[in-house]
Amino acid sequence: MSAPLIEVRDLVKHFPARRGIGRRGADVVHAVDGLTFDVREGETLGIVGESGCGKSTTARLLLGLLRPTSGTVSIGGREISGLSRAQLRPLRRDMQMIFQDPYSSLNPRRTVGASIAEPFAIHAIAPGRAERRRRVQELMESVGLNPEHHNRYPHEFSGGQRQRVGVARAIALGPRIVVADEPVSALDASVQAQILNLLRGLQRDLGLTMVFIAHDLSVVRYMCERIAVMYLGRIVELAAADELFAHPRHPYTAALLAAVPVLDPQLPAQPRRAILGGDPPSATDPPSGCRFHPRCPRFVAGDCDVREPLLRPGPSGGLVACHHPLTDVSSSSPVPPR
Amino acid sequence: MSVAETPLLAVRDLQVSFDTADGVVHAVDGVSFDVRAGRTLGIVGESGSGKTVSVLTIMGLTRAPHTRIAGSIRLAGRELATATQDELRRVRGDEVAMIFQDPLSSLHPYFKIADQLVEAVRAHRAVGRGEALRRALELLDLVGIPDARRRAAGYPHELSGGMRQRVMIAMALVNDPKLLIADEPTTALDVTVQAQILELLGRMQAERGMAIVIVSHDLGVVAGLAHDVAVMYAGQIVEQAPAATLFSAPEHPYTWGLLRSMPRLDRPREEDLVAIPGRPPSLIHRPGGCRFHPRCPYVREAHRRVQPELVADGDPQHLTACLLEGPQRRALWARLRAGDAPPPPTTGPPPTTAPPPTTGPPPRPSAPAEPPAAPPVPPPAEPSPAPPVPPPAEPSPGPPVPPPAEPSPGPPVPPPAEPSPGPPVPPPAEPEP
Repeated sequence: MSAPLIEVRDLVKHFPARRGIGRRGADVVHAVDGLTFDVREGETLGIVGESGCGKSTTARLLLGLLRPTSGTVSIGGREISGLSRAQLRPLRRDMQMIFQDPYSSLNPRRTVGASIAEPFAIHAIAPGRAERRRRVQELMESVGLNPEHHNRYPHEFSGGQRQRVGVARAIALGPRIVVADEPVSALDASVQAQILNLLRGLQRDLGLTMVFIAHDLSVVRYMCERIAVMYLGRIVELAAADELFAHPRHPYTAALLAAVPVLDPQLPAQPRRAILGGDPPSATDPPSGCRFHPRCPRFVAGDCDVREPLLRPGPSGGLVACHHPLTDVSSSSPVPPR
Repeated sequence: MSVAETPLLAVRDLQVSFDTADGVVHAVDGVSFDVRAGRTLGIVGESGSGKTVSVLTIMGLTRAPHTRIAGSIRLAGRELATATQDELRRVRGDEVAMIFQDPLSSLHPYFKIADQLVEAVRAHRAVGRGEALRRALELLDLVGIPDARRRAAGYPHELSGGMRQRVMIAMALVNDPKLLIADEPTTALDVTVQAQILELLGRMQAERGMAIVIVSHDLGVVAGLAHDVAVMYAGQIVEQAPAATLFSAPEHPYTWGLLRSMPRLDRPREEDLVAIPGRPPSLIHRPGGCRFHPRCPYVREAHRRVQPELVADGDPQHLTACLLEGPQRRALWARLRAGDAPPPPTTGPPPTTAPPPTTGPPPRPSAPAEPPAAPPVPPPAEPSPAPPVPPPAEPSPGPPVPPPAEPSPGPPVPPPAEPSPGPPVPPPAEPEP
């Protein structure tokens, strides 16, 4: 539970940005810009942030689906960032991904049984049709699907069931690491809870190490022990879930928490507090100094826009990248007192 | 606010169905509600519950050859359901305006923002271009577009998602509508921008006194803005109440399910979510009786045949369409709130009086005492010791009437506390196609 299984060091991914037809400008999208964190064996690390903050790029870098511009990703002590596709293939048994849209990640012309069995074929495991079929049906059962439906096609399933297929395929080879990228954001509320409970149960029962990426803070809090908050390609805060929600240290984390609509029966129509102004800035031309400074309520001119804050231990055990982090007095709970 | 005041919008028994190759889709099935001036009605529901079709029909935007619309939609006393297209065109954008989920696809990509706003003004007012532009800029300024004049000279793609939604709101408000319909106005936006837009809508209402109907799948969004909330399921309103009542004392098992299946920041992190088993029904082959009965943990035999009506039981403002008795529902919700598990299977039906609190597990000592923090309630259909077996898988699009199948593996559903003609019926397992 303590040794880091995934070690990420100074990870950077820049994409060239096209500036109009036929014209390649010097613009670069700083999708991920210097991430350093560990994921411990058996834990679920959450990554939250708004669109464009680099969450999904991080997921793909972790699994070696993208090659970093610089920096490293190591899995179990072995660096994967420089490996070729062929070298990565045997490692992929250990690292699997669950995608947001299970419909577009399943082949519509194959039965779900065939899709779930594909990892066995790729890695030449469980030869023999009967054996493979047995394994597929076991997997379907373990994710709450009727094993008799193995010869159906994706369109015959509902969104929630398709996501179960996606989960079955991801755990088929007994991976150590599962990266889930917005696995429930395409699902309706009542079905979302089914999938969250499934993932939480699997994580516990199989001892999976999970990286769980979502934009919805309440979902991430439910799933994860530790949470990294990203803003514009950087981690601005990384802390234990309970600590992060009780005492956000970075003003951006606090603003995110304050923006979550709260179902408080006592205060249904209260005016919202501390609304963050503006939009997330462009990742093509990130602001100087602290990237959050143009929207930050604690901005100090001549400091925040000049010096870049590093991720350092904060007052309560978490890490925070802020020159003027919130203290217990200044930070406010996201939930108004009853 | 006097109760006698006539509502600005009165929808009565609205029915909308579409003929498709697969059969008739009954998208909206007998929906009635009122909205008074200056008030906000929130309509929540999952996809396919009929919430968007309802509001599109109010705007006259579902009229098509294969659509059947019945019922009455009265806006300030005028009937819209039977109005001609010409009449509707005069009403839309003037008395009623609408904003949509995706502002980029509702703004014209080839026209400058100023031109689109000016057109909206001049479609309904005999004013010159200059006057219309002045009004447009005033509105852009009001909705918080910085440097409105310069922005108005640009095109929609040059704006961020939040700014585009502000432009949409400006365009909707430019003729001072009496009613604003907002269909998932923040679903495409990031959470910090969502908070800005909700704040803006609330402020605009406070300043202009218009009525708002906001449609969302997100209970939280509705909770923050709406005075009254209607919960839709399979084309019908299953519960409607003032927002504070609905969130503190919901009475419909579907509303309970929605509230308990949402991860919430104000609940302990360890508390398990209770998912609603199954999934929303087909709108072509609808379940008989109560539409929610195949997923309802409290279903009884009669609920498969009898359709509940949306009626008040006690509080005249709190309407529920449920066949359980009011006191029974309140007792059940009190137990769910308190975190009581459904009684174990061996105990049989509970006594006819209110169930003693001792049947549930003792409250967890570790649970924080602050709000009525409840220990996790195991989902009714899921045996907790077993590994990750989730609730019985959703029925696939199959035969319409799921036959009552063998009892599901979990502990049976807590039977309602009242002696009833038949034994409690377990929820049906999934039908084989």
